[in-house]
Amino acid sequence: MLDNILTMKDITMQFGGVVAVDNLSLEVNRGEIVSLIGPNGAGKTTAFNVITGVYAPTNGAVYFKGNMITSNFPKGSMKKLYAGQNRGVYTTTMRKTPDQITKLGVARTFQNIRLFKELSTFENVLIAKHMRSKANVFSATLGLNYKEERQMREETMKLLDILGLVEVKDEVANSLPYGQQRHLEIARALATNPELLLLDEPAAGMNPQETDELTSFIYDIRKKFNLTIFMIEHHMDLVMDISDRIYVLDFGKLIASGTPAEIQSNQRVIEAYLGVQDDGEE
Amino acid sequence: MSKIRKSIYTAILAVIIIALMFFLEANKFRFGMAYTVIQKGLILSVVAVSMNLVTGFTGLFSLGQAGFMAIGAYVTAIFLIPADGMAEVYYISGVNPSIMSFKYWLESGPAWVQSMYPILALILGGLVAAVFAAIIGFPVLRLKSDYLAIATLGFSEIVRAIISSPQLDTITNGSYGLKKIPGFDSLFETFAIMAVCVLLMVLLLRSTYGRAFRAIREDEVAAEAMGINLSRHKQMSFIIGSFFSAVSGGMLAMFMRSIDSKTFSVSLTYDILLIVVIGGIGSVTGSVIASLLVTASKEWWLRFFDAPLYIGNFQVPLFRTGFRMVIFSVILLLVVLFYQRGIMGKNEFSWDRLSLRVRKLLGGRKRGAKNAR
Ligand SMILES: Nc1ncnc2c1ncn2[C@@H]1O[C@H](COP(=O)(O)OP(=O)(O)OP(=O)(O)O)[C@@H](O)[C@H]1O
Ligand SMILES: [Mg+2]
Repeated sequence: MLDNILTMKDITMQFGGVVAVDNLSLEVNRGEIVSLIGPNGAGKTTAFNVITGVYAPTNGAVYFKGNMITSNFPKGSMKKLYAGQNRGVYTTTMRKTPDQITKLGVARTFQNIRLFKELSTFENVLIAKHMRSKANVFSATLGLNYKEERQMREETMKLLDILGLVEVKDEVANSLPYGQQRHLEIARALATNPELLLLDEPAAGMNPQETDELTSFIYDIRKKFNLTIFMIEHHMDLVMDISDRIYVLDFGKLIASGTPAEIQSNQRVIEAYLGVQDDGEE
Repeated sequence: MSKIRKSIYTAILAVIIIALMFFLEANKFRFGMAYTVIQKGLILSVVAVSMNLVTGFTGLFSLGQAGFMAIGAYVTAIFLIPADGMAEVYYISGVNPSIMSFKYWLESGPAWVQSMYPILALILGGLVAAVFAAIIGFPVLRLKSDYLAIATLGFSEIVRAIISSPQLDTITNGSYGLKKIPGFDSLFETFAIMAVCVLLMVLLLRSTYGRAFRAIREDEVAAEAMGINLSRHKQMSFIIGSFFSAVSGGMLAMFMRSIDSKTFSVSLTYDILLIVVIGGIGSVTGSVIASLLVTASKEWWLRFFDAPLYIGNFQVPLFRTGFRMVIFSVILLLVVLFYQRGIMGKNEFSWDRLSLRVRKLLGGRKRGAKNAR
């Protein structure tokens, strides 16, 4: 049975005249691994930013587990500039902030790693536990929430253990090798107890061996944490290997969607990538 | 270094500080300069740490400290000036009757409650400033760093202008300022209040909220993606910081015994900023050490430059009143140019670090013990 966890409906995101995402509709079902691919500048990261509430879309709506988390229609100066269709379809405007969306169960990593650079590995993960803290600022200052604090630390240790980051738990995030920084970003995202994990180019900057290991790593965390994964990736081997379904963006428009086999033989996709099978972007 | 050894060192240090405190108290006339400088240094360390909380730990570049200190100072002063001295202080335009009746009510309280008035006054000053911080924080904290700095600096000047405005003559005594403010009973009292304030801020910074503040400082976008409500936490840090700035302002009023709106001009904020930078942005112990050092050098050690200096019959030029401030600014410039991280950087004092430093100084390159953090 297919159970919808994420739905984007008619999402258009314009920055002035630049249409970064053009009328994009897609769905991700519970338990799936879905990939979003496309050439550089296709609008993939922008789509993630709309889902996580970083940007308010120009038009369209996003649903998480059937509940609307973002909805908008062209207004203000966008009313004149709006380039998409579906102008009159969405009439409500609502937008949850990124922290609210994270609390609902959507976690993400960033394309250009955004760790808390000067904090330790341990603190990086521990911070993600803050939002579930029930203590107010006074009781936390006076240490009255010591039970909760201890539990937060234990959970963090457990997570670091699972992700193989225990040895570097006291190292400053900035000093970690690149591959470990990517792992730490994922650890930090997992610490928010997500149901849906958005990975923005998890293999970027990894060496071939690390990229190979990533496949089993992603399967692993999906199973352990009961996750649905929506991923942007340029490494075609990885994408074809791991994805249940794939969406392809080009110039903000959805040009194809389907299983890896369908995508590989899709003429428009091949054209968009100019016949290059493995983009291998660094 | 073993835990026991560290606790022994800490205990020794505490005993030395307390002994020094009592020694200075007993000999305050002989060591008047040291006494005053340490007292003022302790007071400024509260506001320096509070600025560090907001700027160094939460990443909000706020320059409103002097304004919040002024609020704290005036509330504390009005609360504490003895009722029968009020007429003399407000001799030009008189005192607002409701303040007077409030003061008579205060003085009818039981003696033990009255002995708590300095503490209550400081807390009340802090709370009033916190309310102001909540009101201006809402619009102002949306601004990015440099605009935030300008806006808070503006706020600070507005507070000053309002305090000295003739409309408030019967409350703040306008531009004449307030006098006859009762002072601290002892250096130890100053130290105790300062220690409690700094301890509370340290505990806050170590709590889960402190971690959230640092996350915001490091990366707002990532912090928000970790479920941290940016505006709520920024507001919290700003309000708490303002509370302690105001407490420090109240303490300053008690220390100076008389204040006016000029006491809290931009140059005070500048002094505090200096302390924070020299101590290390993001280090509480750095701020405390720098408060003492900066106050001592500004008001004591560098005084030498203010007196005319003769070598034989030749009067060395430049040595005259105000020259010490030039020297002081040059020192600041050098710190900013060559020693940006300040005394402590982002680190806190620890015996391990100290012993490492000492060993390095002595040239013993034994272990390449890596940075502890
Ligand atoms: N905040 C912004 N303001 C203006 N334009 C933007 C903004 N963010 C993205 N864009 C534009 O939107 C388009 C899509 O960018 P996006 O980062 O989503 O691409 P992408 O598919 O993630 O590319 P890449 O593979 O390089 O990561 C680009 O043309 C980019 O310049
Ligand atoms: Mg991208």
